Amino acid sequence: MIGRRGFLLGSAAVAGGLAVGYRVLTAPLPNPVEPDEGEAALNPYVLVTREGVTVIAPRAEMGQGVQTTLAALVAEEMDLDWSEVRAVHGPASLAYANSRIIALGLPFADYRESWVQELAEGAMELGARLMAMQLTGGSTSTADAFERMRRAGAAARVMLVEAAARRWDLPAARLRTEAGAVLAPDGARLSYPDLAEAAAALEAPRDPPLKPRAAWRLLGRSLPRLDMADKVTGQAEFATDVRLDGALFATVRTNPHLGAPMLRFDAAEAERMPDVVRVLDIGNGIAVVARTTWAAMQAAERVEVDWADAPYPSDTDAIFAGIAAAFDAPTQMALRDDGDVDAALADPRALRAEYRAPYLAHTTMEPMTASALYSDSRLILWAGTQSPTRTRESAAEVAGLAPEAVEIVTTYLGGGFGRRAEFDFTDQAARIAVAMPGTPIKMTWRREEDVRHDWYRPGAIARLVGLPGPRGPEALKADIAAPSIAATQIVRQAGMAPPGPDKFLVEGCFDQPYAIPAFRVQGHVANVAVPIGFWRSVGHSHNTFFTECFLDELAHAGGQDPVAMRLGLMRDEHAASARVLRTVAEMSGWGTPLPDGVARGVAFCFSYGSPTAQVVQVRQTDRGLRVERIWCAIDVGIALDPRNIEAQIQSGIIYGLSATIMGQITFAGGRVEQSNFHDCEVLRMDQCPAIETRILESGESPGGVGEPGTPPVAPALANAVFALTGRRIRQLPLVRELAFA
Amino acid sequence: MKIVVNGTEHQVEVDPQTPLLWVLRDVLGLTGTKFGCGIAACGACTVHLDGEAVPACGVAVGEVTGEVTTIEGLGNGVLTPLQEVWIGEQVAQCGYCQPGQIMAASALLRRTPDPTDDDIDEAMSGNLCRCGTYPRIRAAIHAAAARLRDA
Ligand code: FES
Ligand code: FES
Repeated sequence: MIGRRGFLLGSAAVAGGLAVGYRVLTAPLPNPVEPDEGEAALNPYVLVTREGVTVIAPRAEMGQGVQTTLAALVAEEMDLDWSEVRAVHGPASLAYANSRIIALGLPFADYRESWVQELAEGAMELGARLMAMQLTGGSTSTADAFERMRRAGAAARVMLVEAAARRWDLPAARLRTEAGAVLAPDGARLSYPDLAEAAAALEAPRDPPLKPRAAWRLLGRSLPRLDMADKVTGQAEFATDVRLDGALFATVRTNPHLGAPMLRFDAAEAERMPDVVRVLDIGNGIAVVARTTWAAMQAAERVEVDWADAPYPSDTDAIFAGIAAAFDAPTQMALRDDGDVDAALADPRALRAEYRAPYLAHTTMEPMTASALYSDSRLILWAGTQSPTRTRESAAEVAGLAPEAVEIVTTYLGGGFGRRAEFDFTDQAARIAVAMPGTPIKMTWRREEDVRHDWYRPGAIARLVGLPGPRGPEALKADIAAPSIAATQIVRQAGMAPPGPDKFLVEGCFDQPYAIPAFRVQGHVANVAVPIGFWRSVGHSHNTFFTECFLDELAHAGGQDPVAMRLGLMRDEHAASARVLRTVAEMSGWGTPLPDGVARGVAFCFSYGSPTAQVVQVRQTDRGLRVERIWCAIDVGIALDPRNIEAQIQSGIIYGLSATIMGQITFAGGRVEQSNFHDCEVLRMDQCPAIETRILESGESPGGVGEPGTPPVAPALANAVFALTGRRIRQLPLVRELAFA
Repeated sequence: MKIVVNGTEHQVEVDPQTPLLWVLRDVLGLTGTKFGCGIAACGACTVHLDGEAVPACGVAVGEVTGEVTTIEGLGNGVLTPLQEVWIGEQVAQCGYCQPGQIMAASALLRRTPDPTDDDIDEAMSGNLCRCGTYPRIRAAIHAAAARLRDA
């Protein structure tokens, strides 16, 4: 069987195995799957074991159900029985690079598909491959795999059928496949495991035909998730759940002035504590190795440390002053500049507003963790990572090893949301393991470390000017200032920034399907060194709040209904977007009278290929505002697994709602002020509204679903608050100004 | 020190101040119980102590006198009806909070076999889920209660 063992031991037994690089990449790459004896890897995604087929689903399972959907792509084409399908993440490999991810950084509006964009995407696809990014993020996994993994399944099926045809001496065209076996016209049956070795010796077909959509049996259906049983019995393995004999436990404590080094430390007291084994210098802080995680955590607190100062202003106000200063610096090229904005906005009726969004932590349910073992000049890292290839490269550097001497075992992730695209925590585990040769290490961050050492969603400020008109806004100018994710996260990840202006800075604004006659959007890169990174839906997470709230202001100023006004702007620009907005209006009964003390707000966002509209209903209660109901309509192009998509939409909404109401990271003395769930609160069961989702399908390929649920909820809620109270709140989180029940 | 976990008595040699959570995970290898906060604020570490849901991060092992049940011992090796319903409703996403959610929900149903939404809010609001599985947790608890009623 494949399994983690197969990779760990680096089994060299290629029993009838054949390295077939899949040709979707421009040239074949070696097959990273190393079959054990009696197994055969028909391509990088299909391993036939003695028991059946194991699909390599090389994207991080962080809750989004991706392994189930990716496995279904292969299982569909191979005619596997769903109950027999197994999926594993597989090794870190260039063969699994995500060809879609880099396109996200390109400065084009996704809904306007044009040849220029396609050309650039092609160039970037090559770039992505050269950079070897096996990355789970940007809601790209399914879109990236849709063609590739179905072709892999289809190719494997062709090879298995051909092997059976030769065995029976019958033409392949007379054979069919069903439930993991090839069937002859007379009913004779050869199972895939029986054929695997012979199939592996055949040449992989170049262009295996795909099933038409009408013939799908698995895709388009709600399938039971492959990880569900393990997750309800406590058997699912996260990074520190791996069984490792003789393991010791570790935690770290690093400089709370983020990005700055440690000056000196004294561990004498910590080292005398019971169960403590060692205290290590890890550069920007210390690590404690102990006999229990708790002992390590207790001791970490007792180390005396002098920290160097933070490389950014020391408190929130000064940090935001730094962000605001970017408005005075030279601007980036405008990514949208339609009509004569300056002339239109010279009108004295123009509205002006400034909006702000705070820094945000990810607070994945599982704090950062990793296990590691260094022995015989090899390092094995067990980690929940969204970025295994980059993680390996960096851990190798830390350990002074060649990347080939480092194996990454990607376990389940206890939440990702972008946080686990980073490799700070895996580098630490590598460092600790190297200092403890032969001893497996299980490292767990304290929650306080996790909240205070994140790569935060950046704070951002928008200055908006708009001219309301009788048929909708006549002009809109948006200036957005924030630190640049392209210049930091992407450079960390890929070694270079995407070409052109930073799209993340203005996405969710410039790229929305609104035909406003005069429309300009400009980004201003702020130079503030607080660590930042991808946070579920990235730039959309704040820009949708700014844009959709301000559009609401313009609707009210122009005396229009917010839904009707948006429909007017998008009808001719993008039909699918208009359809989701109409759908959510219909679902929620938009426009029907509401009882006193109840109000609704609407918002829309086109992100990751999936236009999404939401209506939020709030009620005034004695204990504060209650978010009662949320309606969401999303067009996902093709819905591969409707029940899982619904879960993702709920997830995205609740994650966004939590941030909208109560999420913020603030600074004092160069440190993050929040530390754990008592002061870094997140939404709980009793505040969770009823959510109704409708999934539309108007496309040829699947759009993203992991992130699009998040952006509209903040503005839809703030717009509902305005409808209820007449107060326009322009700064998040809302709890700064309102009580919520 | 002796503790009884999932019906088995264990002799453990650790600092008695060590929270039960870390004895379960690091000493006994019962890793189904998760760490999320260490301050009894997230519910990821929820276990049963004599049938009551408690955060295992908030109980020193030296003070444990009753019987401990963890997710591994909930159904004695078979799925409980609650877990079956949880699978049927496809509740879990990342899964990290789920053992704690299931332990909290099973204690709730033992106490209150047919809980209202308010009962659910009260019993379950100590258990965070960053993936936002709350709607399906609620649905699963109602479905499990319905099964109990019909049984
Ligand atoms: S870890 Fe015990 S309640 Fe959070
Ligand atoms: S399922 Fe991920 S935290 Fe609950």
